[in-house]
Amino acid sequence: MGSDFDIKKVAKLAYLSLTPERAENMQQELSAILGYMEQLSKIDVSRVEAMSHVHGSSNILREDVLEASTPTEEILANAPDRSGRFIRTPLVVEG
Amino acid sequence: MSLHRLSVTEISAGLAAKKFTSLEVTNDCLNAINAAQDLNAFLTICDDSARKDASAADKLRASGDSRPLLGIPIAIKDVLSTKGIKTTCGSKILSNYIPPYDATVIRKLRDAGTVIVGKTNMDEFAMGSSTENSAFGPVKNPWKKDRVPGGSSGGSAAAVAAPLVPVALGTDTGGSIRQPAAFCNLVGLKPTYGRVSRYGLIAFASSLDQIGTFTRTVRDCAVVAEILSGRDAHDSTSVAQPVPHLVDGLSTSLKGLKLGVPKEYFIGGLSPEVNKAIKASLKQFEALGASIIDVTLPHTEAAVAVYYIIAPAEASSNLARFDGIRYGYRAKDSADLHDLYFKTRSEGFGPEVQRRILIGAYVLSAGYYDAYYLRAQKIRALIANDFRNAFSQCDLIVCPTAPTTAFKLGEKTSDPLAMYLNDVFTIPTSLAGLPAMSLPCGFDKESLPIGLQLIGKAWDEMTLIKAASAYEASTDWHKRLPTE
Repeated sequence: MGSDFDIKKVAKLAYLSLTPERAENMQQELSAILGYMEQLSKIDVSRVEAMSHVHGSSNILREDVLEASTPTEEILANAPDRSGRFIRTPLVVEG
Repeated sequence: MSLHRLSVTEISAGLAAKKFTSLEVTNDCLNAINAAQDLNAFLTICDDSARKDASAADKLRASGDSRPLLGIPIAIKDVLSTKGIKTTCGSKILSNYIPPYDATVIRKLRDAGTVIVGKTNMDEFAMGSSTENSAFGPVKNPWKKDRVPGGSSGGSAAAVAAPLVPVALGTDTGGSIRQPAAFCNLVGLKPTYGRVSRYGLIAFASSLDQIGTFTRTVRDCAVVAEILSGRDAHDSTSVAQPVPHLVDGLSTSLKGLKLGVPKEYFIGGLSPEVNKAIKASLKQFEALGASIIDVTLPHTEAAVAVYYIIAPAEASSNLARFDGIRYGYRAKDSADLHDLYFKTRSEGFGPEVQRRILIGAYVLSAGYYDAYYLRAQKIRALIANDFRNAFSQCDLIVCPTAPTTAFKLGEKTSDPLAMYLNDVFTIPTSLAGLPAMSLPCGFDKESLPIGLQLIGKAWDEMTLIKAASAYEASTDWHKRLPTE
């Protein structure tokens, strides 16, 4: 556990870019933290179900009924860059 | 006047007896907050809207409304969405974010006539145990200003402890209400998972997060916690459990109550002074009629490791939404869309948040999911089972809240793992989804507060209130205030 932690690969997955210095520090810190997790491999979990909701709730549904929702204008108010009813971004689809 | 030093119950009684108005109480709170800016407990102070809300509450009261929270000032941890009021999560990435809606708990508080005086400082995205991870500077512990107030709800704890306000909301994922409550001599409650709606709580770890209270008395806790509770259609993880009238649980005798003491919580790393105070409190509980038995929670040692797999995994998913597109910080001069994502997140998130996102992404990634995340969720089930077994022999579990009293600012910031070990006594309860409360039980040689933790069965906040109120009624710890 932890010995093949490749910070560059994981950072790319998480859309984080790290300076070489920060990457070096984090690689060490995270290897230590992941090393600490080593103890978990010793516990026998062969007869245990993974826990998803702590009190066993699942598939809570509601009636498919229209409800009022937050007005578009109020939501767009937080957009860093907008044009009318649209949020402006760099090019999404190329070619 | 010093009306900000009164409890929720005292303020409510004073308002009912027409001794003062909500506007007067609110002004005292606002003055105290402005005079205590060195604590850095608040990120946003709502002077104008608070005075408006207070006046509206006074009008309602004049027309005969006497509900318990009408006109009571409250501070809110800045991780909860407040419509029209900036909500930052202690992060640069949301430093200009103004929610277009109220969290369910905020709506409930507003409906109850509470007066929101401000948003409190916190560890960024609730990740931390000292409030030193805030993008807006750390919070100082009012008891000793070179100490941390605890985290991640440090601002809320400092606000109630100083005192600046009678009550504040916090959130607790791995101990973020209970540990600051212990460090600041407060009553801090984390309800059963699913008791309080998380709608509008900006998510850190969805299977662990809960909203709770900081107060100076158990009675105040009972009053506020009840108002926050209940199934909410907007949060499908909230559970339809009847909400008890918690003030009915206030007690003076604990005859017949069985308290379990888990041996695994009294090991290395526990400060001798904390140990002494907890042991003394056990004697106090016996004097009140309770019986003390030994219990065992065998998987305790695995809990911190399990938590630091599950919580970061969930966080890496929850924080994926912060991409600079729809709200919050957006990096400038990006070459293209991907560059925008990388730059925004790298510039907008602090180091601890980045650390946890990286751990989370790793343990969920292809090839590692089974060994880490799935395994952790299985061990989590074992930890929950430990508690079920213990609760077949006792009604409540008693233990320390934190291994030490408040440490110095800067003391633990260079070793993330050492910081994580602060939560060793609070994490297991979070993993099991159980209700737990920290309450004052003494002071150390440096006059720093020590907290006692009570852990209850699922949905049994009532027994927590019962035991805590009886202990409080027979002790004086909670009456002390900081003199610094």
